[in-house]
Amino acid sequence: MLEFIRQPWPWYVAGALIGLTVPALLLLGNKHFGISSSLRHICAACLPANIPFFKYNWRREMWNLFFVAGVLLGGLVATQLLSNPDPIQVAPATIAALESHNVVVDSNLMPSSIFSFENLFSLKGLIFFVLGGFLVGFGTRYAGGCTSGHAIMGLSTLQWPSLVATCCFMTGGFAMVHVFFPFIMKLF
Amino acid sequence: MSTQHISTTEEFVTNPLVAEHPIECEAPNDQLTRETTITSNIKYLIVGLLFGIVFVKAEIISWYRIQEMFRLHSFHMYGVIGTAVVVGMISVWLIKKFKIRTIQGEEVVFHKKDFHWGNIIGASMFGLGWAITGACPGPLFAQIGSGFLVVIVTLLSAIAGTWTYGLLRDRLPH
Repeated sequence: MLEFIRQPWPWYVAGALIGLTVPALLLLGNKHFGISSSLRHICAACLPANIPFFKYNWRREMWNLFFVAGVLLGGLVATQLLSNPDPIQVAPATIAALESHNVVVDSNLMPSSIFSFENLFSLKGLIFFVLGGFLVGFGTRYAGGCTSGHAIMGLSTLQWPSLVATCCFMTGGFAMVHVFFPFIMKLF
Repeated sequence: MSTQHISTTEEFVTNPLVAEHPIECEAPNDQLTRETTITSNIKYLIVGLLFGIVFVKAEIISWYRIQEMFRLHSFHMYGVIGTAVVVGMISVWLIKKFKIRTIQGEEVVFHKKDFHWGNIIGASMFGLGWAITGACPGPLFAQIGSGFLVVIVTLLSAIAGTWTYGLLRDRLPH
């Protein structure tokens, strides 16, 4: 059984479980699935700075912070107790493409040539952590949701603005990988 | 965005917390029954924990999986998101059809989202960030839990990004 759980889970198992988060949150307490709001609640709790957008009762939305704390713990549990002993399998075409941009494909979930503390105070760190993170935080809030709030919850409730947002998430991602990424990787 | 249904209920008057509902929140708390900080919220921590395990076990938190998705080299991420949407859609349909209530016995509340330009501009910006960090907000937390501690910097920067949006909100096209 444990052997079975330790293997990487197929897309239909993961997709179904993630989809079930929608009714689970709705029925447990009328909560809408959306993770990027947690970032806003953190701002409201820690540094509201008299900005109207952060002046609300964040304590009422505390459930969202418990949820993301759970996600973090889930990462810990899955990695410490249920991790896959085999190296990650990456599509050969992706490996070839990444290697042509000098990204070494190693066995872990994240490439250590990018996501390591050594790169923190370098141009690589500035782009991959600081700029990347900023775009995620600014973009999701401006968009009014992220993959969970728009792509999953929004599409589940048949909202067309969420379909627009989801298409734009994908467009931005394609543009980064195919247009900007080759230039960015030439900087190092 | 749409909190008016709440203001029409009596709870609006009796429950002062409802009045302070955040504007334009995609994941609002619509429960009318009061919640205690720890005991009521622990169930969301458990749902989050299971969710985080799925993120790691299906390798959704992997930067490589995001690269594969945007290079169209793998079906995996499309399968995950597609299945999640279908399961979510069926669940919502069933809840509406059979008027299933929450465990507190409340009617499940749905919100209509209104279009604004952020759905295009902000969403495209997030797409750019998603492809470099290899993470949307959920996986950021799971990556940190998985031991990629440098992602704490990405998370702090994402919080700064959200804060900056709050600061500039009135000057941005909506």
